[in-house]
Amino acid sequence: MARAIVKVPARARRGEIIELRAIVAHVMETGFRRTETGALVPRDIIRRMVCSYNGVEVFRADFHPAVAANPLIVFTTLAAESGRIEFRWTGDNGFDAAESAPIAVE
Amino acid sequence: MITRRAFLAAAGAAAAAPATLHATPEAMNEAIRALTAGAAAPRGRVKLEVPELIENGNSVVLGVTVESPMTEADHVRAIHVLAPLNPLPNMISVYLGPRAGRARFTTRVRVANSQTLVALAQLSDGSFWSDQVSVVVTLAACAEEVK
Repeated sequence: MARAIVKVPARARRGEIIELRAIVAHVMETGFRRTETGALVPRDIIRRMVCSYNGVEVFRADFHPAVAANPLIVFTTLAAESGRIEFRWTGDNGFDAAESAPIAVE
Repeated sequence: MITRRAFLAAAGAAAAAPATLHATPEAMNEAIRALTAGAAAPRGRVKLEVPELIENGNSVVLGVTVESPMTEADHVRAIHVLAPLNPLPNMISVYLGPRAGRARFTTRVRVANSQTLVALAQLSDGSFWSDQVSVVVTLAACAEEVK
């Protein structure tokens, strides 16, 4: 399993806008680089990051090779109810990683 | 050991590479058309934040904010960022909705050449808005040789 770190506030007020941060370890090989002998290094990137709040998708990002290695994404969501916020990354060569964090909403 | 043949192949590849290192203007226009379906995307409502002078194009903090109440009736559906002189014009696309609360995200990208980056936002009423920032890159990303 790839190393992923997510930051979700532990508690929030209902309706509050909270900031979520997610980063995952990945080379994000562009597919445009060459070795010394001119051979193209094949592409190996994460294609998609999906954030679900208690199973409901709230944010999705499609990555292209222009996204830097160890892709970081910071965005916001409304604190709706207590539960879990899950992040899932999928990509080339069957890459699949997930990480989640609990949130308590008052 | 690098043979003469391998060296010449590499030199040839390196010499031929610049032609393919960045997208053509047609590829950029095609990428924008694929996103907007030909709709106009005037400047405004969108704020693309990226440093104008980039010392290392391999990791550049880039943020986009769109002015929007983010309600069910009026929200931002998608935000796209494009780089006309990267090998591929599309950099990242994000899809959000009223549950985002705010139409804003930050990420880190690669910038291959000095160029004008474009952010495009699609609103729930179907309209498109954009912003542009010209950046100067001193160390380019994307196509450097692997050691």
